[in-house]
Amino acid sequence: MSDYNFAYLDEQTKRMIRRAILKGLAIPGYQVPFASREMPMPYGWGTGGVQVSAAVLTPDDTFKVIDQGADDTTNAVSIRRFFQKTAGVAVTEATSEASVIQTRHRIPEQDLRADQILVYQVPIPEPLRFLEPSEVETRKMHALEEYGLMHVKLYEDISQHGDIATAYAYPVKVEGRYVMDPSPIPKFDNPKLEMAGIQLFGAGREQRIYAIPPYTQVVSLDFDDYPFQPTKADHACDLCGAEDSYLDELIVDDAGGRMFMCSDTDYCATRRKQGHVGAQGVPYKEDAA
Amino acid sequence: MTPLLQVETIAKFYGSRIGCADVSFDLYPGEVMGIVGESGSGKSTLLNCLAGHLTPDRGAVRFDTRAQGLRDTITMSEPERRMLGRTDWAFVHQHARDGLRMNVSAGGNVGERLMAVNARHYGDIRNEAIDWLGRVEITEDRIDDRPTAFSGGMQQRLQIARNLVTGPRLVFMDEPTGGLDVSVQARLLDLLRGLVREMNLSAIIVTHDLAVVRLLADRLMVMKDGHVIETGLTDQVLDDPQHAYTQLLVSSVLQV
Ligand SMILES: Nc1ncnc2c1ncn2[C@@H]1O[C@H](COP(=O)(O)OP(=O)(O)OP(=O)(O)O)[C@@H](O)[C@H]1O
Ligand SMILES: [Mg+2]
Ligand SMILES: [Zn+2]
Repeated sequence: MSDYNFAYLDEQTKRMIRRAILKGLAIPGYQVPFASREMPMPYGWGTGGVQVSAAVLTPDDTFKVIDQGADDTTNAVSIRRFFQKTAGVAVTEATSEASVIQTRHRIPEQDLRADQILVYQVPIPEPLRFLEPSEVETRKMHALEEYGLMHVKLYEDISQHGDIATAYAYPVKVEGRYVMDPSPIPKFDNPKLEMAGIQLFGAGREQRIYAIPPYTQVVSLDFDDYPFQPTKADHACDLCGAEDSYLDELIVDDAGGRMFMCSDTDYCATRRKQGHVGAQGVPYKEDAA
Repeated sequence: MTPLLQVETIAKFYGSRIGCADVSFDLYPGEVMGIVGESGSGKSTLLNCLAGHLTPDRGAVRFDTRAQGLRDTITMSEPERRMLGRTDWAFVHQHARDGLRMNVSAGGNVGERLMAVNARHYGDIRNEAIDWLGRVEITEDRIDDRPTAFSGGMQQRLQIARNLVTGPRLVFMDEPTGGLDVSVQARLLDLLRGLVREMNLSAIIVTHDLAVVRLLADRLMVMKDGHVIETGLTDQVLDDPQHAYTQLLVSSVLQV
């Protein structure tokens, strides 16, 4: 532990990252370049998010990491351990107890409070990249608010699939100004981007940080005749019975049996503890968790 | 009558090499101006200066804007100039791949300019795209194909549809028929002539094919070494060239 500065990064680097975060909060949805550092983990593991977390964590924080909604994947466990070791912070799996939550691919089901920070790991921060490979040109498009191309992407979706097939990383417009990639969260989560908590996005390889301050307007792009729809599987959770949560589908046997369960494992466990039981669920027992 | 475009002593240098120099002319609404000259004479340089793709070193290019009348497009802000570029102006490149998004369907290519000016109704955008594909003789069943699946002539017609869909008031074309087979050129030329007449288009067309200007241009400018050496009504210049170089140009075509 004494081999590292608090949260691994040196103070000067953290200050540089904090400046980028503050700038991002001042210009919601705008991608702020920052000098991304090498972290002792591969890029795919969310080094952008890790650097942002390192810059915002204080010794009093309680840290939670989710990957696709789950606290127990290799990625989530490693990042949680990393900050336990380098920052000595308390960790938790309970959304309500965490003050800083680092996430990949989901927003927790439970509404976040004003005293909570959600840190996203972002693989590709540029929403226009798909159709315009030139970085110079995409920057100009953002600067001049030339966002017609974003709708070309949605047009292509509808013309090929009969509907807007984009299910993840669904583009949004922040506070009526910048078009932003919300990272690969399911579009079901998009409405939750308007929240009380602070949202910070870090892309390590692409060296960008952006942010959504509390209670900022976030609108999902769409067409008048193909309005945005935050879809999910048309089921209830088979474990806890929740009808309002994002579900993962699981094949449970060779006979094609399947099961739907909350992707947010903390949400599901909390509900089961409260006594909710789904169609294939068994009542919650402490040791079965 | 106010000219649509007023070009005043434009000059562009590449280091010490001359791109074009001392070019002045007025273009009136509904007029088609042809620019001819040998390779390297400065035609593309001039066109790109007029269309805002290159910043000239000297001179003024005034465009009759909808809101404020004649405005110098060189000194106006970049957002204003880019806005003109996707509304009132159109640019048809010699190579269709420079003017098309090759990874986007034909319908998306035509629809892009509509969406750039805030069209937000998919059905309307699609209908407009179908209409415009029809006008450039591309059948509706190709609307979801990418340009990579199109022949060179089709790609060029798609580029024209993509450019004309927002009803631009001024069209710039750089060798629109270059690089195509002769028979394909003839069909494209025919189509262009129809559109120019039907839409009463104002256009500036760069070419070294005199047949193209004969068919499309009302007026002609002949360029050599970056300068305009002769200008006049197309038929006059072609049938009774005054400058020795123009005489050579015209006769060399006649020998083909
Ligand atoms: N990017 C550049 N850098 C330096 N010199 C250039 C550049 N572009 C053009 N030139 C020079 O400027 C002159 C005019 O070129 P331009 O491309 O305008 O001619 P053009 O009439 O369009 O020729 P072509 O018929 O071959 O297309 C030529 O001498 C050319 O070599
Ligand atoms: Mg040229
Ligand atoms: Zn559940």
